[in-house]
Amino acid sequence: MIDLESVAHGYTGAELFSEVSLRLGGGSFHFLTGPSGAGKTTLLRLCYGELVPQRGKITFFGENRRGMARDKLAFTRQRIGVVHQDCQFLDHLTLRENVALPLIAGQRPVPDTDLDELLSWVGLSAHADALPPTLSGGERQRAALARAIITSPEVLLADEPTGNLDWEMSTRLLQLMIELNRMGTAVLIATHDLNLIRAAKPHVSARVLRIAGRKLQLAGADL
Amino acid sequence: MVPAAGQSAWLTLLISAAMAFLCVFALAFSVAAGRLADRWGDALSRTATVRLSAPATQMDEQTAIVLEVLRTTPGVDSARVIGPEDQAALLEPWFGPDLPLDLLALPRLIEVTESAAGFDSMGLRLRLAAEAPGAVLDDHTRWRRPLLEAAMRLRLLAVLAMGLIGGATAAMVTLAASASLASNAKVIAVLRLVGARDRFIASAFVRRLTLRALIGAGVGTAAGMAALLAIPGTADSGGLLTGLGFAGVEWLYPLAVPPLAALVAWAATRAAAFRVLREVT
Repeated sequence: MIDLESVAHGYTGAELFSEVSLRLGGGSFHFLTGPSGAGKTTLLRLCYGELVPQRGKITFFGENRRGMARDKLAFTRQRIGVVHQDCQFLDHLTLRENVALPLIAGQRPVPDTDLDELLSWVGLSAHADALPPTLSGGERQRAALARAIITSPEVLLADEPTGNLDWEMSTRLLQLMIELNRMGTAVLIATHDLNLIRAAKPHVSARVLRIAGRKLQLAGADL
Repeated sequence: MVPAAGQSAWLTLLISAAMAFLCVFALAFSVAAGRLADRWGDALSRTATVRLSAPATQMDEQTAIVLEVLRTTPGVDSARVIGPEDQAALLEPWFGPDLPLDLLALPRLIEVTESAAGFDSMGLRLRLAAEAPGAVLDDHTRWRRPLLEAAMRLRLLAVLAMGLIGGATAAMVTLAASASLASNAKVIAVLRLVGARDRFIASAFVRRLTLRALIGAGVGTAAGMAALLAIPGTADSGGLLTGLGFAGVEWLYPLAVPPLAALVAWAATRAAAFRVLREVT
């Protein structure tokens, strides 16, 4: 689905990482760890096409990101759910409208029952009509996950999705992502939380990747 | 999806109203100039004058010769000697009502009306010169041409003014659209991130500003038409200023202003939106 081949990227002339190769195939489950500033968020931004790699090649569903038409990129993003670290909500829209945004943007119907069910599942039914600035950090993260999965994406990318959540809600959202993975969704979670990775291990066959020293390494053995 | 409030919305409304108001006046000016040109053209193109100077004793004889020449000239519909009363009326604006015409050796004037085909003025001049040497044909060309040119120049200026108004509207709507797009940069970025196509995002802005332009131009056009109606004496077609306005079916012309303003706003906002979107991945 998403393939990175010998990808290198960085800012202001300095490379964050290089020679990164990664394949997010159907049904795969990856955790991405590494110290702050190592490039986890950058790697995720490459994985949904917000950035174009400075070197190497990224293909989305068989199509090269470089030279991809803007409309094609938009259609590709409709197949990828993203939980942003800063949630990226539109503050003038209600929580319900924000969660439904990928459907509205993709000009697809918004089934009210599905939306209500999803909001209920992430424990936000009571806040459906609230504006994002009135929500707590944890509520915003749950809403961000709801927005990422409302389109039943083929790939789910999550940047620190449980950073502001208590353990109970973290495991609950982890279970939701594992369920999606069992239905064939490829999942990539960037996280600092090693306990979350340990909690996932009994339920899913996950690869743990670590960015360090400008390289992407397999790091599952020590967890 | 785009926040409802914003200065750009009011700015677009105000600009469109003001520009439509001005455009209605420019349009009225253009129509009035056209009407004036037609009127001057019609009034002068179908008539000519033969001015006959001769000794008093030969005046009637020469007049009869000239009338006979005119009667036998193809393209002349009728010829009429302008009588003393009509001649006095013509001279009254310059010399007053008490001019003693009978004491003055004024030339005799013969008004010639052309048929639709018109006559050969050069041929007629030659015949008059041969048969009545004191007769001079004035076909009004030297008067008509500069008047028509002036009227057409006025019309051109009015059309140019409308073009400038359209251009200024486009420029100002582009500025308003750019301001709106800049203040909603996050909305645009988030919509792109969740998979919205450029056309979808642009349409949210285009729809909003086009609608505002349509409403604003509608209000401006209505105000312009009301102002024209309020100009006194528009029914009297005596001059350009008193004739500024529309007549009959011409009142439909300004109704095209709001849709045209909306079209200009649509094109300007769309161009601005796509230009901004190109900068967003």
